[in-house]
Amino acid sequence: MPNMFALSSQYPVLVIVLPLLSAPLCALLRGPIFPWALTTAMSALAFFFSVELLAAAAAGGPLSYEIGGWAAPWGIEYVVDPLSGFMLVIISGISTGVLLFARESIAKEVPGHQLGLFFSAYLLALTGMLGICITGDAFNVFVFLEIMSLSSYILIAMGARNDRRALTAAFQYLIIGTVGATFYLIGVGLIYMMTGTLNMADIASRFADIEGTRPILAAVGFIVIGLSIKLALFPFHVWLPNAYTYAPSIVTAFFAGTATKVSIYLLIRFIFTIFGPDYSFGGVDLADILLPLAVLGFLSMSMVAIFQTNLKRLLAYSSVAQLGYIVLGIALASEAGLTAALLHIFNHAIVKTGLFLSVGCMFFAAGSVYLKDLHGIGKRMPITTFGFVLGGLGLIGVPLTPGFISKWYLVVAALEKGSVLGYSLVAALMISSLLAVIYIWRVVEVAYFRDPPEGAAKGEASLSLLVPTWIFILGSFYFGIDTTLNVGFAKAAAAFLMGGA
Amino acid sequence: MLLLIAGTMTVLVVRNLFVATMLLGIVSFTMALIFVSLDAVDVAFTEAAVGAGVSTVLYIGTLAMVGSQEKERTKFAAGPLAICLAVGAVLYYATYQMPPYGHAANPVNMHVAPRYIEDSPTEIGVPNMVTSVLASYRGYDTFGETTVIFTAGIGVMLILRQRRRRKEDGKKEEKSPLNKPGDGSLTGLGSQHDLVPHVVAKLLIPFILMFALYVQFHGDYGPGGGFQAGVIFAAGIILYALVFSLEHARAVINEKTILFMMALGVLIYGGVGLTSILLGGAFLDYNLLAHDPVHGQHLGILLVELGVGITVTAAMLAIFYAFVGRADAIAEQMD
Repeated sequence: MPNMFALSSQYPVLVIVLPLLSAPLCALLRGPIFPWALTTAMSALAFFFSVELLAAAAAGGPLSYEIGGWAAPWGIEYVVDPLSGFMLVIISGISTGVLLFARESIAKEVPGHQLGLFFSAYLLALTGMLGICITGDAFNVFVFLEIMSLSSYILIAMGARNDRRALTAAFQYLIIGTVGATFYLIGVGLIYMMTGTLNMADIASRFADIEGTRPILAAVGFIVIGLSIKLALFPFHVWLPNAYTYAPSIVTAFFAGTATKVSIYLLIRFIFTIFGPDYSFGGVDLADILLPLAVLGFLSMSMVAIFQTNLKRLLAYSSVAQLGYIVLGIALASEAGLTAALLHIFNHAIVKTGLFLSVGCMFFAAGSVYLKDLHGIGKRMPITTFGFVLGGLGLIGVPLTPGFISKWYLVVAALEKGSVLGYSLVAALMISSLLAVIYIWRVVEVAYFRDPPEGAAKGEASLSLLVPTWIFILGSFYFGIDTTLNVGFAKAAAAFLMGGA
Repeated sequence: MLLLIAGTMTVLVVRNLFVATMLLGIVSFTMALIFVSLDAVDVAFTEAAVGAGVSTVLYIGTLAMVGSQEKERTKFAAGPLAICLAVGAVLYYATYQMPPYGHAANPVNMHVAPRYIEDSPTEIGVPNMVTSVLASYRGYDTFGETTVIFTAGIGVMLILRQRRRRKEDGKKEEKSPLNKPGDGSLTGLGSQHDLVPHVVAKLLIPFILMFALYVQFHGDYGPGGGFQAGVIFAAGIILYALVFSLEHARAVINEKTILFMMALGVLIYGGVGLTSILLGGAFLDYNLLAHDPVHGQHLGILLVELGVGITVTAAMLAIFYAFVGRADAIAEQMD
């Protein structure tokens, strides 16, 4: 295999293996700088590989990489197509940006002697997410899902230094997450029993003959529910607000942009590549089950977000609501809907990460994220708070922000559905956006119209925190104004999935 | 099978957690027997060593910390029961139209598996086909699993050690509801007066470790491999720690070494993969490791299994040490 000598042909595996192998190295490193530096370097390298891979897949069609030199379906295959490339870029990009922020922030939240192990777990989480997106093998997904899940439980529990409730949150997530992963595994097991293969493309080609059989019905049910738990689809979302609230700032920022998105990616992959978007359980379409859940999800969660007293928890509920938009896009089961969903994965990732980072700045300076402690924060930390407000506009979906773009596509996709259903969906979207105005406004009110407490120190977070935060905020505006890149790739991926299904 | 069902049902009913733990041990051994009858001897090894051995020890360690009597439950949990029944019903529903068990014309036996059975002797040359599939055809999954174990190990180290440090910082933790002071010390098991366990353990441990090495290096030919060997090896050391004392075991292998070993195992596995890239092949392409592909496969499998074994041993020990250390920390606090 002489062409294998070219380094670029090894990118698909290097993007996973290099961060993975850095994790054990990182666990052995000591001191405040080295673990962080190694992690950031690896994340940046992974970002570089991802961009190259996406460009290659967009230009020359899907890439395939046979691990161990065994051809699929006997061996495990890595596949980079427009969709997985798109996800790789989002995940590694968010991770790198968050890591720039991490050095100073994490030094305050995690004891120094544990930094090596902490960043090791971080790298493993990154590897797990990337591995899920790139693999073309249904069982390999489970392996990397485990890596990602275990390391994310650890990372969330690391918030225990600030608030012991992080341990309970991590434990709750562990139990619920394990149920989700087990459901996924049962589903994959049933599929293997019926098809004799674990390779996704191979399953898809054999799926038509057996799709009505009972084991497959059960398998689809298990996989969809398992992934819904993992992606915190309403009503399976209970673990998410706690986990996001008590985790260290950078962990929340990283996961808000990526962790649930990975599960959404899997759901999209299974629905559109394997099951087919029109899969139905004896007359009830899969899409018809997801759609009401999505709508209920974003309406109720936006409502709940209004009443939160903890800023991180407020944003966490808002995340569950935003996930509802994405699942709505999937449930519309059309190319336009899928484009909207993928676009919102990207846009929400960048906006929410920016928001959580600015909350991280506030925590760094004010030592708390409860709204009652943040009175007048707009006067104490004008730059940070302004960033937060801009991010909040993106969440609401004001024109010029990326939130507007994805909601626009979602509305277009909903209107395609015809009169009554389409208009009521649009109405629901509008109501949810209004609710978002309310919860963002609550923060604005606290930040600007209340007097800061007596003797509160004025002072911005340091530059190493502000700069990454503003990169995300400004980046979100860039992608809200010049939409060629994000809309282009989302459209390409959606077209690829609908064409390839 | 009946024993299994009876065992699990009793676990649900029994109020004394110590009894429940013992029953779980029995259930694990029964599971191991079922695995043997399904011809999955390697899984049976693991189940016996982890399920019946190590996790029983960990349960007892936890019980020593929290006391063995379950709190009176106030209400009947209807929701979880409904979910369990629903899952069971769906699985039962799915068993109709399942292909008959062990039939040669099943999809499982018709598609991918024949190649494993027919070609692996010539392509890989290892008599144990399970090992060929695990370590070579799907070697990447095994690499991933090793990483999962590594992750679990560092997770336990991070979370449990963190809480010990808090105590050292002088912050008072909540007191655990211990029955008696000093009850929580597992190292107390290593009393110098228990002559019989000492002698028996001294006789047994070398054989356990020897057997572990046999399982490790004989994995190519008979059932076994890195996972099983690692677990058995760890069980040997845990036995030593239980009978003699944690301090004695720490003298043999301490926490720093454990962390190093955990990392080393993953690095060996990944290193083999990277080497094959450097030799111009795909990741984990063992064919290139030696002049002859079959030799290369042998060497590759041997090395990666070694990596798995090291990581598994170290991770099991890390979990054990962390739990026992935690119990000791609480015991000290009670004094």
